[in-house]
Amino acid sequence: MTDSKYFTTTKKGEIFELKAELNSDKKEKKKEAVKKVIASMTVGKDVSALFPDVVNCMQTDNLELKKLVYLYLMNYAKSQPDMAIMAVNTFVKDCEDPNPLIRALAVRTMGCIRVDKITEYLCEPLRKCLKDEDPYVRKTAAVCVAKLHDINAQLVEDQGFLDTLKDLISDSNPMVVANAVAALSEIAESHPNSNLLDLNPQTINKLLTALNECTEWGQIFILDCLANYTPRDDRESQSICERVTPRLSHANSAVVLSAVKVLMKFMEMLPKDLDYYGTLLKKLAPPLVTLLSAEPELQYVALRNINLIVQKRPEILKHEMKVFFVKYNDPIYVKLEKLDIMIRLASQANIAQVLAELKEYATEVDVDFVRKAVRAIGRCAIKVEQSAERCVSTLLDLIQTKVNYVVQEAIVVIKDIFRKYPNKYESVIATLCENLDSLDEPEARAAMIWIVGEYAERIDNADELLESFLEGFHDESTQVQLQLLTAIVKLFLKKPTETQELVQQVLSLATQDSDNPDLRDRGYIYWRLLSTDPVAAKEVVLAEKPLISEETDLIEPTLLEELICHIGTLASVYHKPPSAFVEGSRGVQHKRLPARAGSGESAESPDVGQSGPAEAPPAVIPSQGDLLGDLLNLDLAPPTATIPSVQPSMQMGAMDLLGGGLDSLMGDESDTLGGDIGGSPSMGAGLGAAPAAMPAALGSAPAVGGGLGDLFDLGGGVGMPTGAYVAPKTVWLPAMKAKGLEISGTFARRGGIIQMDLSLTNKAMSVMTDFAIQFNRNSFGLAPAGPLQVLTPLSPNQTIDVSLPLSTSGPVMKMEPLNNLQVAVKNNIDVFYFSCQYPLSLLFVEDGKMERQVFLATWKDIPNDNEAQFQIKDIHLNSDAASNKLQGSNIFTIAKRTVEGQDMLYQSVKLTNAIWVLAEMRIQTGNPNYTLSIKCRAPEVSQFVYQCYELVLKN
Amino acid sequence: MIHSLFLINNAGDLFLEKHWKSVISRSVCDYFFEAREKAVEPDNVPPVIRTPHHYLINIYREKIFFVSVIQTEVPPLFVIEFLHRVAETFQDYFGECSETTIKDNVVIVYELLEEMLDNGFPLATESNILKELIRPPTILRTMVNTITGSSNVGETLPTGQLSTIPWRRAGVKYTNNEAYFDVVEEIDAILDKSGTTVFAEIQGVIDACVKLSGMPDLTLSFMNPRLLDDVSFHPCVRYKRWESERVISFIPPDGNFQLMSYHISAQNLVAIPVYVKQNISFFETGSSGRLDITVGPKQTMGKTVECLVVTVHMPKVVLSANLNATQGTYNYDPVTKILVWDIGKLNSQKLPNLKGSLSLQSGAPKPEENPSLNIDLKIQQLAISGLKVNRLDMYGEKYKPFKGVKYVTKAGKFQVRT
Repeated sequence: MTDSKYFTTTKKGEIFELKAELNSDKKEKKKEAVKKVIASMTVGKDVSALFPDVVNCMQTDNLELKKLVYLYLMNYAKSQPDMAIMAVNTFVKDCEDPNPLIRALAVRTMGCIRVDKITEYLCEPLRKCLKDEDPYVRKTAAVCVAKLHDINAQLVEDQGFLDTLKDLISDSNPMVVANAVAALSEIAESHPNSNLLDLNPQTINKLLTALNECTEWGQIFILDCLANYTPRDDRESQSICERVTPRLSHANSAVVLSAVKVLMKFMEMLPKDLDYYGTLLKKLAPPLVTLLSAEPELQYVALRNINLIVQKRPEILKHEMKVFFVKYNDPIYVKLEKLDIMIRLASQANIAQVLAELKEYATEVDVDFVRKAVRAIGRCAIKVEQSAERCVSTLLDLIQTKVNYVVQEAIVVIKDIFRKYPNKYESVIATLCENLDSLDEPEARAAMIWIVGEYAERIDNADELLESFLEGFHDESTQVQLQLLTAIVKLFLKKPTETQELVQQVLSLATQDSDNPDLRDRGYIYWRLLSTDPVAAKEVVLAEKPLISEETDLIEPTLLEELICHIGTLASVYHKPPSAFVEGSRGVQHKRLPARAGSGESAESPDVGQSGPAEAPPAVIPSQGDLLGDLLNLDLAPPTATIPSVQPSMQMGAMDLLGGGLDSLMGDESDTLGGDIGGSPSMGAGLGAAPAAMPAALGSAPAVGGGLGDLFDLGGGVGMPTGAYVAPKTVWLPAMKAKGLEISGTFARRGGIIQMDLSLTNKAMSVMTDFAIQFNRNSFGLAPAGPLQVLTPLSPNQTIDVSLPLSTSGPVMKMEPLNNLQVAVKNNIDVFYFSCQYPLSLLFVEDGKMERQVFLATWKDIPNDNEAQFQIKDIHLNSDAASNKLQGSNIFTIAKRTVEGQDMLYQSVKLTNAIWVLAEMRIQTGNPNYTLSIKCRAPEVSQFVYQCYELVLKN
Repeated sequence: MIHSLFLINNAGDLFLEKHWKSVISRSVCDYFFEAREKAVEPDNVPPVIRTPHHYLINIYREKIFFVSVIQTEVPPLFVIEFLHRVAETFQDYFGECSETTIKDNVVIVYELLEEMLDNGFPLATESNILKELIRPPTILRTMVNTITGSSNVGETLPTGQLSTIPWRRAGVKYTNNEAYFDVVEEIDAILDKSGTTVFAEIQGVIDACVKLSGMPDLTLSFMNPRLLDDVSFHPCVRYKRWESERVISFIPPDGNFQLMSYHISAQNLVAIPVYVKQNISFFETGSSGRLDITVGPKQTMGKTVECLVVTVHMPKVVLSANLNATQGTYNYDPVTKILVWDIGKLNSQKLPNLKGSLSLQSGAPKPEENPSLNIDLKIQQLAISGLKVNRLDMYGEKYKPFKGVKYVTKAGKFQVRT
């Protein structure tokens, strides 16, 4: 006798017959009838019409019958809310039953009936059950709170159930604790900031105790909850790790992975030199490997997570390459993931093994897998430089197989290899060209065309090859069309004589016969470039391309950190932050790894800034992001800390700083240009480079020009008695470039202290807070000596004046012009960059008066080549007045000689970096023009010292 | 947490649904069917499928897809582990987990599912507890129930539910007290053309069948516990004692359970019990090929290799095989393109050989891919890793139990490349 008998029907009509049976007097018949009803329900038949009859069977002593009726109720109460009320009394009565199983069952079922009216009746029984003497009832009630919250969140809060639930975390029974944690975690998900799970060392201790004794599922809930805690110090972190480690040997893989998450997060806080840190690292590998021998579905999730772990801490699995080797009967989704991890683990030590495997995979049956394997070979070549040659020859072997999709994939990756190692493997081009005809996929065709265009000068029949593609130009995909356009322009620039016709043909195809705006725009740009300035065109189109690096496929570090905090979750499977895909309404808190306490290390990765500029690795593709990141990081550190080295060379740095401004400058023009310019990387780079000069000029103009303008406005005459001259403030950062923040400022030297006087004006609509400032490296090592003191928030239309003391102990890098200073200011809105120029007099120190003898000796000692002469015009001062004025700015007169009505003033200046500047000023009575000769061992400063003279004397 | 469960058979029929929260329309499964179609082979359906409002997490067991629906962030492994547990419970209750048995026992299935999850939170998943709550169907019990009117649902609170040893029920009583342990090792290996080991590892498990009265406290120790550095234990095992003394100390669940699993990785030398000499080649012309396979013993530690089966996945163009086996029988299935050679016992005096010609689809090009060989075998009374149980002691009870340990080695994913 099996349950399939419940599905048999008679002619009379099923419902009718069931109704009769349900109302039967015989217990047994009733039960059988309910079973039939349930059976129909499970396969999706509608038996809701029987509702009153089934509910009538609820009053019974038979537990099985009761359970069956409950099952039915849960399913249909929603569609029959009025009828469901009938059942309430029985529920309430059952909640008082002496048998805990019945009490629990009643409260559990009531929570599943998603009818508003019923929930009101549920509150009282639930309150009792949460405090029931039997833990089985309590743990069921805990889950019931989560159910009720799902139906009516407000009710749960009003009734104070959340507090009762929190109390259950301290329950004596581990299962109750686990369920309370699970319920709270679920509720917390819809209230991201509610701080429901208020974790403190006491609760953590209780959770850890419960962890050892509850079921495997409870362990998962508790571990996931633990992962949200931030330990106070490394010792607490270690003690939690020690208590969590045994979970790594659990048979349930979900427990293992949750434990891995907790450990990965908390070990971040442990000092690396600690013995325990190493022990922990060693303990993490075996459980991860074990996950790979589980069922394929588990393997898949495990592999997605291992992919993250390998990126964060490659050392854990670096010796376990072989477990990622693909087996013939792995499902495809496992194969692809394993391949990905193999590449991540590939290193010089194991590359031979990896390549042998990949070559093996390339002959497998599954096309997707074979393609990815071929791609993987290319990625190995890019990642492990020593293996590049071997990879290329492996790829050539594969091309010889003539299997169509293998050849195409191989060509795509060889293109990347060319970009990583230019001028090294071009000998294979001939082999590639042989396969030209078999390429039918856009990506492969585009790659081949790129290669032909890039190496046009080495391919004798490049023009023929490209011409052959041109025949079906309109049938090609955009990718191929764009590539073909660029390739032919390259070819033309390399071999202009033979290919003029070809280039005209492609330009007209692109601009006149195409309705693709990208293609048309690129066509026009080339056309104009070629027609107006072929030399510039050459520079743009044939510009040296930045090398590609293997890092491109790595997950960006901040995202990786967040994902590490989400190991074992859906986020980790999709490699996307939870906010990117969890149902919209819920806000999600971004999780960060805790910072390492103790030991001197501040960051995980070896920081370039610490290792010193000399060792700075050549950045492969310096991006604005790098610099931005550096400046941002710095804001977090105390301002006296050394400024991190800006990785790229100085010119790069300047470009990066101006990059932001460039965008806004370009912004206005882009409307008139229309469409996007982008396109090929070479194009982008070219366009970027050309206007770079312009904003540089623009950027400096307001600072200098404005300053001078103000000076002239003031007019001469009204000199200040003593003290250094301070220029009036000029606008350094206009509000429109900085999202409403306007910064004007000037520099002053007061009592031996250099100060940057800033006026910050908020021209935006919202309040600005969290100001911070940072300088780029500069010629004299100027750096803020303290934080930017903007204590109160800056409300709209408010201006605040701040004086920022500066030190000269910052890192030094020569700037152009010498007195240029690049500044980054951060507030709660964004980071802004500007550059300004400071008068060199800022750096004239107070003890700059040289001994006469020394002066003479030094003057003679400095070669005459270093002497520079300037004219200072329109000065109506006598020599004494001039001398006084200059002394106020720390230009000291050592001696004065009068020869034939001409006053000769000998003066000395000392800069903060101990450079001495010697000067001879000749003043002829009646002549407003002074002659100034400056001698200095660093002649490049002379120009700026002269500017200071002029500034000071004219005010 | 887990919202709903749909059971779908290989033909794409949805034959059971269960909702633990509000009802989710079965139309959500359309996304699954889409993925199923794309994957071609049922094994290749991705385990996690994203739909606009839900996530579908599925496993494929015994030709049934267990598709669960989740709506919020839930650890996928948690769901997958749970689904496996569901499949195992069905297996445990009905002897096999198939569409027929599930349909035959649909009410028990429903009761079980209700008992296993509450609002998506796991409630009772230990087979010991479930069996106390819902008795498995037996012919005898069904008859008795029909006569006496009693039910197959337990009336009392399952004792294990709340104790600190939830896996064992109280009041167990046997007349014959016995404890048996099976050490089962599977060799996963990849050998290359020349027979060199590319990769090899051992997956071991110790399965236990413990029928002991009362609350026995067992201690199992090994001759060479140092072999085990990567282990996963049943929750009953006291981890601390393993850490400090390398013995397995536990209060066992009642009946059959897996005590531990272990993994001996490729770093250690894994003994390969057989070698395979093979040559499968296809001719450039003439639409034919040759096959020649010989299997011989390698490191068998003096034991006999049994149940030896060689499976070859042939390229699609292979139409038929005309072969001659010196031992055992062979069968080529032209639909699935799988050649199975069932050898049986390996005779080291006269090595089994399979030789002959393959005929290909005429006019088809020479196949590019190399077929790969899968080996199946069994060696009784040997744990290939060399693991040996030293002794089993029982504390806490006074009677003398029967004890036994069996060893067996099998091929897991044992693959030879050509």
